[in-house]
Amino acid sequence: MRKIFNISVDEVIPPIGSVLAAQGIPLHLKPDERTLHLAEEAILLFRRYAQPTGIVMEISRDDFDVIYVGDGKNATDSPVEPIYKLSDDLALFAITIDESICAEISKLFERNDFALGSMLDAAASEGAELTAQWIENFYGKHLVKIGRFNNKNDILRFSPGYCGWHMSAQKKIFKTLRPEDIDIELNSSFLMKPLKSISGIIISGQKEIFEFDDTFSFCKDCTTHTCRDRIKAAIDR
Amino acid sequence: MTVIQELSEQLQQGNPKNVAELTRQAINENIDIKTILDKGLIAGMSVIGEKFKAHEIFLPHVLLAAKAMYAGMDLLKPLLLKEGIPTRGKVIIGSVQGDLHDIGKNLVAIMLKGAGFEVIDLGNDVSPEKFLDTAEKENAGVVGMSALLTTTMPVMKKVIDLARARGLYGKKRFIVGGAPLSSEYAKEIGADAYCFDGVSAVETVKRFAGIF
Ligand code: B1M
Repeated sequence: MRKIFNISVDEVIPPIGSVLAAQGIPLHLKPDERTLHLAEEAILLFRRYAQPTGIVMEISRDDFDVIYVGDGKNATDSPVEPIYKLSDDLALFAITIDESICAEISKLFERNDFALGSMLDAAASEGAELTAQWIENFYGKHLVKIGRFNNKNDILRFSPGYCGWHMSAQKKIFKTLRPEDIDIELNSSFLMKPLKSISGIIISGQKEIFEFDDTFSFCKDCTTHTCRDRIKAAIDR
Repeated sequence: MTVIQELSEQLQQGNPKNVAELTRQAINENIDIKTILDKGLIAGMSVIGEKFKAHEIFLPHVLLAAKAMYAGMDLLKPLLLKEGIPTRGKVIIGSVQGDLHDIGKNLVAIMLKGAGFEVIDLGNDVSPEKFLDTAEKENAGVVGMSALLTTTMPVMKKVIDLARARGLYGKKRFIVGGAPLSSEYAKEIGADAYCFDGVSAVETVKRFAGIF
């Protein structure tokens, strides 16, 4: 299975709280009117300019072995490897919300509208995350439909550059998945253009395989630790 | 409240129209240009920086204030040039070769300008040669490099190695910043400082300002 999706922007509109949080404003604080207005305006611009697109492709564990290794620079103790080795199903994915939103962010900065530009940047990052989540949800539903997913299973996505999985794996992801078909390109530093893009692997398997502590050597360099919430959500589901 | 105090206040409130009006008023009242800049605009941004550092305000407020600052600066710039008043110093800034991230670098540039420095922003994907050629041509005292990826960080070392080869090391100051960076890495490659964010970049460059 290899599928390309043009996703409706309405399905990936970031919630205002997450946009504000991405701007460093804690969720428990009530922002002032002006900040709220900026966030609302940024979400409107997101709705106007974002064109969420994604590509997903099933892959066998053997084929993924080669991709996972990348340029051989993964951390030896990455949790991704033991998880995918025990998985039932795997799918490569890449998403973008397109270049036009990045162009709009640049325009706002050129016009000295820094606050709105920065807010739109945060909204775009959050929207990209939701687009990746949309693809993961699609794959989950697909597995249910074909009878390969039940209440003992769960599904999580991982991206090169996180959890000890080196970014160089993106080269092989691109070779197999060909995200160029949705206008995502990879440069020699393993950076995707448009900037608001995400690549990775969706892993489906028994719930237990996804549990790990965030005490790996590389966890201290991670600034997000979103694995905690994602694992918890997966186990609770 | 004097016009200068009001100017600083309006800047802190992030009101570009009022800042432009008050700057015009101060110019018309023949207030010394340097006073308008230092005691009005830069002083206002400095309060904003302090409040941001103390988590009393958040990024959007800083950026609204910066927009107001620029509105005043647009009026002052031609006069500063005409009177030959130097800026606090020149900083070259850019995201290193291979890196297309620029929001963080833009925010740092905005803060540095807000602190009265002249900033030459080379954009993203900047080669080591371009950093140094520009620093030499513009006689800039500080070269600021930004990288968001571990794969592009090594370009910072290339810039510093090239600076050594060109005899610029020690004459220019090199600051680095970005998510995967650390002060250990900065030290390892021979950078003068690692800056966590825009506020720390301003503090660092201010510290250097006495040198060049
Ligand atoms: C000269 O002096 C100075 C002084 C200070 C300086 C300075 C220069 N330059 C910066 N600073 C400092 O001051 C600025 C203002 O405070 C700050 O600038 P920043 O640019 O850091 O701050 C911005 C204003 C806001 N910050 C950001 O926008 C980045 C935040 C984090 C969480 C992040 C986000 C949001 C995103 N990402 Co991604 N992302 C991460 C980031 C982790 C983190 N916590 O930083 C990072 C950069 N990402 C990473 C990765 C791996 C990736 N991301 C990707 C995607 C994304 C999103 C699309 C979801 C989103 C937007 C990306 C974007 N930049 O537009 C992918 C790459 C995208 C691409 N185009 O290729 C992908 C490769 C994942 C994948 N496989 O898909 C990691 C890089 C790891 C590495 N090994 O290098 C990462 C560090 C996260 C992590 N693992 O902890 C300071 O760093």
